[in-house]
Amino acid sequence: MERRTIFGHRLLPVALVAPQFLLTLVFFLWPACEAVWTSLTRQDPFGLHSQFAGFDNFVELFTDSLYRDSIGRTVFFMIAVSALSMSSALLLAVFADREIRGRMTYRTLLIWPYAIAPAMAAVLWILLLQPRIGLIGVLLNRHGVSWDYHLNDRQAMLVVVLACAWKQVSYNFIFFLAGLQSVPRSVLEAARMDGARGWHRFRTITFPLLAPTTFFLIVVNLVYAAFDTFGTIQALTQGGPGKATETLMVKVYRDGVVNLDIGSSSAQSVVLMIGVIALTALQFRFLGRGGRRESAA
Amino acid sequence: MNPRRDPVTHVVLLFGAVLFVAPLWLALVGSTQDPAAIARGDLSLLPGHEGFSAYARVLAGPVPRMLLISLGMALAIAIGKIVISVLSAYAVVFFRFPGRKLAFWLIFITLMLPVEVRIIPTYSVMAGLGLINTFTGLWLPLIASATATLLFRQVFVAIPDELVEAARMDGAGPLRFLWDVVLPVSAANIAALFVILFIYGWNQYLWPLLVATNPKLDTIVIGIVKMVAVETETDWSAVMATAILALLPPVVVVLLMQRWFVAGLTESEK
Repeated sequence: MERRTIFGHRLLPVALVAPQFLLTLVFFLWPACEAVWTSLTRQDPFGLHSQFAGFDNFVELFTDSLYRDSIGRTVFFMIAVSALSMSSALLLAVFADREIRGRMTYRTLLIWPYAIAPAMAAVLWILLLQPRIGLIGVLLNRHGVSWDYHLNDRQAMLVVVLACAWKQVSYNFIFFLAGLQSVPRSVLEAARMDGARGWHRFRTITFPLLAPTTFFLIVVNLVYAAFDTFGTIQALTQGGPGKATETLMVKVYRDGVVNLDIGSSSAQSVVLMIGVIALTALQFRFLGRGGRRESAA
Repeated sequence: MNPRRDPVTHVVLLFGAVLFVAPLWLALVGSTQDPAAIARGDLSLLPGHEGFSAYARVLAGPVPRMLLISLGMALAIAIGKIVISVLSAYAVVFFRFPGRKLAFWLIFITLMLPVEVRIIPTYSVMAGLGLINTFTGLWLPLIASATATLLFRQVFVAIPDELVEAARMDGAGPLRFLWDVVLPVSAANIAALFVILFIYGWNQYLWPLLVATNPKLDTIVIGIVKMVAVETETDWSAVMATAILALLPPVVVVLLMQRWFVAGLTESEK
């Protein structure tokens, strides 16, 4: 959309755009280019020399079975977190949309967790599930279930999925509720007249009308599960035991920051960037809208 | 059936509410219990007898500084993002200048490259600029925002041309128009965005972990993760008191501004 009326200055607008533009250049484009460049070079362990290595880092990455395992694990994790979080949120939103006493209170009780940091969600779940002090963790162990997510791979995955999905429910709830509220009451009335009830009405009328919201949330949740869960995983299991909860994001951190394998880490960063760009493109292609990073975080 | 007394609905919603409030309750009552008892596995669902002594313990340590760092970081990010996004959206909507499209697209690209995917290269850029272990390093790189720019662009495009013309008739220059007309008109959007960005800033974990290794620059979120990472001899009631203190500011902001923020969130995503 173009305005008819504009201001005639030439230098002022450049000055207005400059701060945003410079920050983008320095903190986004430059590092992104550097990541691409570093991923194509090989460095000696001291970082003194580097030489062009083509796609060697990528070939190495994808022939590494540890990396392929990490991809599989991440995909499983992303789907589990998104499915669990979105289905719980949808269920709660459907009920919170009904005309009942105290619905505003219920809504507030379901919306406030938006304020919880991913890493804080981990702390709260430790209080529940930590094997020696957690309320439920201690109970499990006292009743003969051997529960310790620091030792058991499956339990570790279960705990990070639960905590990460839990943290995202309020976000999904807000959007599903807004989506439900924008379904025209007249459409639902008409369906009621036609005798469509309960589940049938939801499945044939409401859910299809929620499709844009659902699709948008699928993308947001996948991105959230891939990137924003780093703090939760780090605080709960640090990717362990072994590599049981090491998602791609945790692996980039471990390889780059902890093990200082810059070439491989850069290649991994580039793979992640391609992943994010693909997801964002998908979102634009099907929805023609964007803008979600900060709010998803 | 009377829709106001729908037992199934109440049961489902109560269950949901408990699921989200219970951990918070646990942290709250745990912070008033004896840390030794908690360490033995006797965390209780009822308040303990220690009163607020855990808070006194925590507040005598580094926690107040951590809270201040978090507050400063969250405010700087929220205000910084809003200011530079308003300015750039204003320029893109109300002016024609060479490179306008290019500037818009370059900013737009930032949307696609979250901090998380470029942590290592961004770190080296930060090191080159001498921003490692500085307070500026905590917030400055995070204030470029495509989301906010896009949102303000949408809002500004909807401002009627007649308003602009009237302002020009009155001899108002572009900066005066921005201050007197555009900002008041966008007040609700700014408020909503402030909540979203404040929470975004307060909740950062990976970025401060990378750029600030000096414990004096630990945010409260970093601080509490460090506290639970040491699993032996953890002072659990102190952990819980810290958790409550760390949750309080963002939760209060969300609760106080709930209506604006929910409307703003769902609108800005469309």
